[in-house]
Amino acid sequence: MTVSPLFAWTDRLAALPVNASERPFLSQLTVRASDPAAIAAMGAVLGVGFPAVPCTFTAGSGEFGDVEVLWLGPDEFLVVAAPDLQIPIEEALRGALGSARGSVVDTSAQRTTVVLEGPHVRDVLAHGCSVDLHPSAAPAGTCVQTLLARTGVILLVTGADSVTLLVRSSVAEYLAAWLSDACVEYQT
Amino acid sequence: MQLIPCPWCGPREEAEFHYGGQAHVAYPEDPSALSDEEWAQYVFFRENPSGPFAERWSHSAGCRRWFNAVRDTRTHDLIAVYRAGEPMPEVIS
Amino acid sequence: MNFRKPTGGAIDRNTVLRFTFNGQLLTGHPGDTLASALLANGVHEVGSSVKLGRPRGIVAAGSEDPTSLVQIETPYSEPMLLATTVELFDGLEARGLAGQGRLSPEPDPARYDAKHEHCDVLVVGAGPAGLVAALTAARSGARVVLVDEQNQAGGALLGVDEYLDDRPSAEWVADIVAELKTTPGVLVLERTTAFGMYQDGFVLALQKRTDHLGFAAPASVARQRVWRIRTKQTVLATGAHERPVVFANNDRPGIMLASSARTFLHRYGVLPGSRAVVFTTNDSAYCAAIDLAESGVDIPLIVDARPEAPARLATECAARGIEVRAGHVVTGTEGSSRVTDVHVAPLGDGHPDTVVCDTLLVSGGWNPVVSLFSQARGKLRYDSSLGAFVPGEELASVRVAGSATGELDLNACARQGRDAGAAAVVAAGFTPGGQVPLPVSDSRCTQRTGLVLWRVPGDEDASFVDLQRDATVTDVLRATGAGLRSLEHIKRYTTIGTAHDQGKTSGMIAAGIVAEALGVELADQRPTTFRPPYTSVSFAALAGRDRGELHDPVRVTAIHRWHVAHGALFENVAQWKRPWYYPRDGEDLHAAVLRECRATRESVGMMDGSTLGKIDVQGRDAGKFLDMLYTNMMSTLKVGRIRYGVMCGVDGMVIDDGTVIRVGEERFLVTTTTGNAAKILDWMEEWLQTEWPHLDVHCTSVTEHWATIPLVGPKSRDVLAAVAPSLDVSNEAFEFMTWHDTRVAGVPARVCRISFSGELAYEINVTAWHGLAVWEALMEAGSPYGITPYGTETMHVLRAEKGYPIIGQETDATVTPQDLGMSWAVSKKKPDFIGKRSFSRAENLRTDRKQLVGLLPVDPNVLLPEGSQIVETDRLPEPPVRMLGHVTSSYPSAALGRTFALALVRSGHERVGETLYVPVEDALVPVTVTESVLYDKEGARRDG
Repeated sequence: MTVSPLFAWTDRLAALPVNASERPFLSQLTVRASDPAAIAAMGAVLGVGFPAVPCTFTAGSGEFGDVEVLWLGPDEFLVVAAPDLQIPIEEALRGALGSARGSVVDTSAQRTTVVLEGPHVRDVLAHGCSVDLHPSAAPAGTCVQTLLARTGVILLVTGADSVTLLVRSSVAEYLAAWLSDACVEYQT
Repeated sequence: MQLIPCPWCGPREEAEFHYGGQAHVAYPEDPSALSDEEWAQYVFFRENPSGPFAERWSHSAGCRRWFNAVRDTRTHDLIAVYRAGEPMPEVIS
Repeated sequence: MNFRKPTGGAIDRNTVLRFTFNGQLLTGHPGDTLASALLANGVHEVGSSVKLGRPRGIVAAGSEDPTSLVQIETPYSEPMLLATTVELFDGLEARGLAGQGRLSPEPDPARYDAKHEHCDVLVVGAGPAGLVAALTAARSGARVVLVDEQNQAGGALLGVDEYLDDRPSAEWVADIVAELKTTPGVLVLERTTAFGMYQDGFVLALQKRTDHLGFAAPASVARQRVWRIRTKQTVLATGAHERPVVFANNDRPGIMLASSARTFLHRYGVLPGSRAVVFTTNDSAYCAAIDLAESGVDIPLIVDARPEAPARLATECAARGIEVRAGHVVTGTEGSSRVTDVHVAPLGDGHPDTVVCDTLLVSGGWNPVVSLFSQARGKLRYDSSLGAFVPGEELASVRVAGSATGELDLNACARQGRDAGAAAVVAAGFTPGGQVPLPVSDSRCTQRTGLVLWRVPGDEDASFVDLQRDATVTDVLRATGAGLRSLEHIKRYTTIGTAHDQGKTSGMIAAGIVAEALGVELADQRPTTFRPPYTSVSFAALAGRDRGELHDPVRVTAIHRWHVAHGALFENVAQWKRPWYYPRDGEDLHAAVLRECRATRESVGMMDGSTLGKIDVQGRDAGKFLDMLYTNMMSTLKVGRIRYGVMCGVDGMVIDDGTVIRVGEERFLVTTTTGNAAKILDWMEEWLQTEWPHLDVHCTSVTEHWATIPLVGPKSRDVLAAVAPSLDVSNEAFEFMTWHDTRVAGVPARVCRISFSGELAYEINVTAWHGLAVWEALMEAGSPYGITPYGTETMHVLRAEKGYPIIGQETDATVTPQDLGMSWAVSKKKPDFIGKRSFSRAENLRTDRKQLVGLLPVDPNVLLPEGSQIVETDRLPEPPVRMLGHVTSSYPSAALGRTFALALVRSGHERVGETLYVPVEDALVPVTVTESVLYDKEGARRDG
């Protein structure tokens, strides 16, 4: 039996005006690599090119279904895919990395994922995030690591009114509590 | 809340960063060849200028990269930032 | 008596608001402030002064008021508010203060929050200059924020009854606000005071969102919000404050700034009194006099300090029967709770004349509000014609417009606003849009020539410079007489400008009096530094939502819920909640821990070790890298094996410890202490990125990917065998300090045979998602053995019995591995590692360093308090007493049947067998020094 960090929060999150929901158990692999050929090869096995621009993510589909690749640093990426694919993806990435410098680590349970949707998303996040999330400054495709309230998050702008947060599992409940509180004024 | 321009992520609030002290203080090639005094200089002594000062910062809540910055210690203005391994840019004090 | 005019002002006379002041039931209307409502009821005396207890009234109409301090009691008790900034609501209860208020002991139930906002142009102040600046910026398409402290836009226009472009100024204001509010990308914030301006365009502003609603404020809406605004460009249109002139007995209720009286008249429809004398040094007070006269106030006299009265205004006064005496000043007043008479004399020398009145209106000129400009590090310049400090330079991203520059002509102010708005959008990368037309005013009082007059000679003990601090001319002269010259020093000596109002009306006058006393030019004086906040901000607002459970993140493990359900008490370790102990049936800490220790050493226990830091280290140079980080050799570790390691700083002091698991030829998993996980990963990255970028190594945190469960005690092998049927748990197949991948309770797991207690023990690692299920499976499998969950306290006792140090408890950044008796963990073979060179520094070779030892109190029932000092003799000598060290850990031990302690003691390793003494309260407790390992010294229990 598996338990996700926010399993006890499902109903409370769903009731929020930002329609929050946890996407538990996603496959997540932390990739460190800087060799362009190796990065291209890893993108090829996933069917989605790795992001070349800092603070962005890429999304695509391939052998492992829908995959997102998040830029975390100049040689650091997070590959996110559907649940239960971490072992084959790790193997595929290792194969593509070959003898190039780098590392692939299964970090699937290190973070959980919370999806927020609706017209209030940016307003709610602005209560705790100092990064400018205005569409002109943070269009869809943006991926920033920053502080939200008092904890670190990876924040993905996935659409006009949708944001995905990745948060360390141990602070997920703090984040859920903070989100619930920040939504109080936006409840109808 | 000052902004610090991460060479990778752009300007972010200083709360996202971790201070690393004086830049360009290299780990000695062969510590065992140093006298106690020379080793103590490396371990304990740092510059404390009034004016431009090259120092290290880490974007700890962001991309976790260490980089260097030249900061005017009189005003806290960051005159330049540059990536680790790059030479310190010329700055006018 | 009622001083409300039948018409006029932004007041809803059809609605009556009831409120009490000092217990007296009064009424007012929507649109009133508490101050205007009090004045409408004829109440001028609000409170009394902090030191002298003299009556204090209402001096100004806005946030610059120095005196009208009140405590409101509804809906929540709040001290030190200005009656001039409290908007009236039904049911308000307020009391005047004697200089200071009283904090409520009850928690404030209201919500306070914060919000980040980003813009291209921030405009502070919605007077004529700010409105034109904001609209100019808005029409360019820039993101614009306009903040204003009032409940409606207009600024100084709210206090006059003038026409712009041949229509009431309110209509001109309303048109601009309407366009702003309908322009995309524009945010207009009313009741919002920009109170602090910092580096890089960061401005903090406090919005009072529901204060004015009183009992009707919705609980779900934040009462106040701190806006954290980040702007590229700022236009400061912060206006100017009228200042008074200092004279004898200038502090009586009924003495008010002339423009403020005009504001009460026009904005609130309130007359300040029945008979008002006006004392001025400039034109603007004439307008107040004329407006009040036309509203029925008897104005017997305008006292103008200038040698000549302005001809046109004097003519207008004459037509209304108002006498004007040029070249005259007010030399004093009479009255106690209200001014009753004013003494008027020719400036310089002359016999005073007494005029009866109930109100004295004063104008000593205008102080531009330069606080934010100064906070933005803008230099100020003294303008001698204005008698005030004005912005003295252009800043790259901060522009000043309107009367904040010292410009007092409305059309010119609006022009400055337009220019500043256009320049700001250009600097922010936009092209100005349609030009905003400048308004034309019909004001009578537009010229700025005034006389700079700080004070009228007279009784210096009763000539108040700072009415809130009861600081007089005497105090200023005492400061200069004592040799103080700097305004900063004099401010601190006299306390002028340190009250809630931060000297908005008094600071400039104090500077002027100081300059006169010292015979220096004000242009050569440095003004005192303006600091945030511009107006008072409550701690509740600053705290915002960072209160209670949101004050600091709580980190929990995947098994946390089980611990809560089973009655664990928790210990905070960094941000983590760790089970401390699991009391049963009313057990206290000692009883529970003795039971948990006994069960673990005699059968089997288990704990949640998930909080341990875990770092995956990969790459061809991983072994080489770890050799540099740890004091012992890691590159020689065989795949499948585990080694304990110690990390030091370059100074040779222990910073962390943990286990290193060799997962593969090029892959290790290292653990850190709970509190140091992030710090050690940063430490690794620092060396890799800044010193050894050539090393092929990458580090990745997997702390929360894994749930970690130590299973400890002689029966742990049996329990493990039950849940891991495919694992050969025999001592031969699964040796100490090795690991195996297997399945535990059907789940992929990595099991490490390590021990932090000296007992046979396994550490079971599964992904966090499986942590709870595996924990429960272990509980079930262990039930035949009475498996006992234990917390951090039992863990501490078990490891202390074995002399294992805890980083941060036995160490404090001054302790080397050798001090801990861990020379065995320091490699002699490696040419270098971090800290190695420091071990041979003379200081670290001293034999009298503090070293880790065990202490056994001679009386086995005495528990030494942790932190106790250790001395050499059984009687305390005369001070200074030589301290030999301190107790780092101390516990009762079930296994030892007695108490014991660990301690850092000078030359401790040489002292084994000695008796030392520990002062505990009034006694000196004798203790025997032992080696740090107290239990199972031969290690017989390790293999079960």
